[in-house]
Amino acid sequence: MSTTTELKQLYQKGKKRKILAMLSIFLALLIAVVVSVSLGAGSPGFAEATQVILSKLFPFLNIDPGSSLTQSIILTFRLPPIILAIIAGAGLAASGATMQGVLRNPLVSSHILGVSSAAGFGAALAILLGVGVLGGFGEYLVVVNAFLFSLLAMVIVYGVARIRGITTETVILAGVAIGFLFSALLSLIQYLAPEQDALHAIVFWLMGDLGAATWDSILIVFPIVVLTVALMVQQSWNINVLSMGEEVATSLGVNSKRVLTITMVLETLATASIISFTGVIGFVCLISPHIARMLIGSDHRFLIPCSSLIGAFLLLCSDTVARLVIQPVELPVGILTALLGVPFFIYILASKRRQNWR
Amino acid sequence: MALNLTVNNLSFKYDGTQVLEDVNIEVKIGEMLSIVGPNGSGKSTLLKCINRILKTQQNTVLIDGEDTSKLNLKELSKIMGYVPQNSTNTFPFTVFDIVLMGRKPYIHWSLSERDTEIVAEMMNYIGIGNLAMRHFNELSGGEQQKVIIARALAQQPQFLLLDEPTSSLDIKHQLEILCILKSLAKTKHRAVIVAMHDLNLASRFSDSMLMLKKGSIFTVGTPNAVLTEENIEAVYGIKTHVTNSVLGSPQVTPLISEFNGIKPLKTTPKIETIDSRA
Repeated sequence: MSTTTELKQLYQKGKKRKILAMLSIFLALLIAVVVSVSLGAGSPGFAEATQVILSKLFPFLNIDPGSSLTQSIILTFRLPPIILAIIAGAGLAASGATMQGVLRNPLVSSHILGVSSAAGFGAALAILLGVGVLGGFGEYLVVVNAFLFSLLAMVIVYGVARIRGITTETVILAGVAIGFLFSALLSLIQYLAPEQDALHAIVFWLMGDLGAATWDSILIVFPIVVLTVALMVQQSWNINVLSMGEEVATSLGVNSKRVLTITMVLETLATASIISFTGVIGFVCLISPHIARMLIGSDHRFLIPCSSLIGAFLLLCSDTVARLVIQPVELPVGILTALLGVPFFIYILASKRRQNWR
Repeated sequence: MALNLTVNNLSFKYDGTQVLEDVNIEVKIGEMLSIVGPNGSGKSTLLKCINRILKTQQNTVLIDGEDTSKLNLKELSKIMGYVPQNSTNTFPFTVFDIVLMGRKPYIHWSLSERDTEIVAEMMNYIGIGNLAMRHFNELSGGEQQKVIIARALAQQPQFLLLDEPTSSLDIKHQLEILCILKSLAKTKHRAVIVAMHDLNLASRFSDSMLMLKKGSIFTVGTPNAVLTEENIEAVYGIKTHVTNSVLGSPQVTPLISEFNGIKPLKTTPKIETIDSRA
């Protein structure tokens, strides 16, 4: 029999191990950033890349930033996709971890709540017709349309789920149904698309792409993702309790309907703002939480941040590889996330003896 | 410090069906009350109504005369703990994590020293300290039940409600759990309300028993008063022989020959589904 003090120490030890695991992933992410900057057509070397980044991050250190050509390659072309990959990966993975926890379902991703097919439909509509729900957005027409349709999907899912009372089952069922509805509409648009160009643009958008990332898009997505992910982490205790079922949550003083609604809104805002800019990148959202769970367990206080780190790392690696495989053509990152993510997932699954799902 | 819990004229309808009608209960701190009755008689529903997992009319559940429907869920969860019939978790949580959830009503964001202290104490009290870092889903049914009771205790409630905590356990675990509950009532200043199927175990451990029939109280009182051959036949529809056990509590022996008299095709068997329990 262990004493009370021993038990408390055991718990603290476990907590330290989790924090250490997250620090290691963070370190891996930093290394991946530097490697990614220094690879690719017309790239500066590893040392130069580090120099430019450091000189921009810490201007007071007076590090020599190198030639202006190197600087502009790194700052204008290399860094935006890398940073967007990190933000997008982190936001999508955190959303996945949150929704899987709240809905008590390991198969949940942004696809299942209809958000991504709605975004796809909105984008396709804008690409094809050149008009959005709201006119006058110029270059952001596709982005704004995708975003608005994602929100629309969430509102419909919420409304449909409310008919029988908001529970995990009704949310999942409504989400799947609305997702199918928008997929059908999307197929219809693709089928009817008159010009080859428009169809090509739609398909390209649907496969996800980070290459077009700009600092402007980062400035829009970054605050939204940071805020929504922070609010998701704030819900961690509620999500933990909710994972034991709605009745237990109620008996522990948690209003499960309220938590479900809050997390649905957060998930939609994060996912919609990301995929409106990047196109549909679904896989990190599904797989990162599982990898995180295998590494550090299911306590959402740690799981959501850890999933974010893994999501950022996975998406960054995928994007780097997508850029390098057939130079100078860049493959859509959506394809690479699955191609790289699945073997990585199987590796972790095989190397962990413990059975995590029963 | 609360002293008693009163249920006044509690009625509950589920999708138009009257599940509970005019139920009145009084439980004092230090008492163990068991609720018995056939499947579908409303035992689980009654517990959920008391804990406001299911909502009922105002002024039906009172603690020291105060209407609990005026409390918010969080306040109530510091007074009442609930142990459901089955506990599952889709994702891997450790035993410590699960018991820690019982501190939810007290936690804002960060854990205090006191929270982990109470969790560790409750685990040791129930005797699951050695399981602390095991995964909940890997444990046996009996161990899982203890973890969930420890979680309810971590809420530091004065009233503990349990829904058939022993029905899927072996005889040793049954006794262990009921001894824990009894000692909670007697030495830890709590009131325990437990829905049970096993009449003999209920009779041996309860201070008083409440027998439900189709959502209404059929009879209530000491085990000796409740467990009579007439009452059991009226509520369960079977003939029994009630004697005094070596320990003095009434002992129910179902008379097997009477089962042969029952023609199953003439009566519709009641199948308890997840829905009817809810």
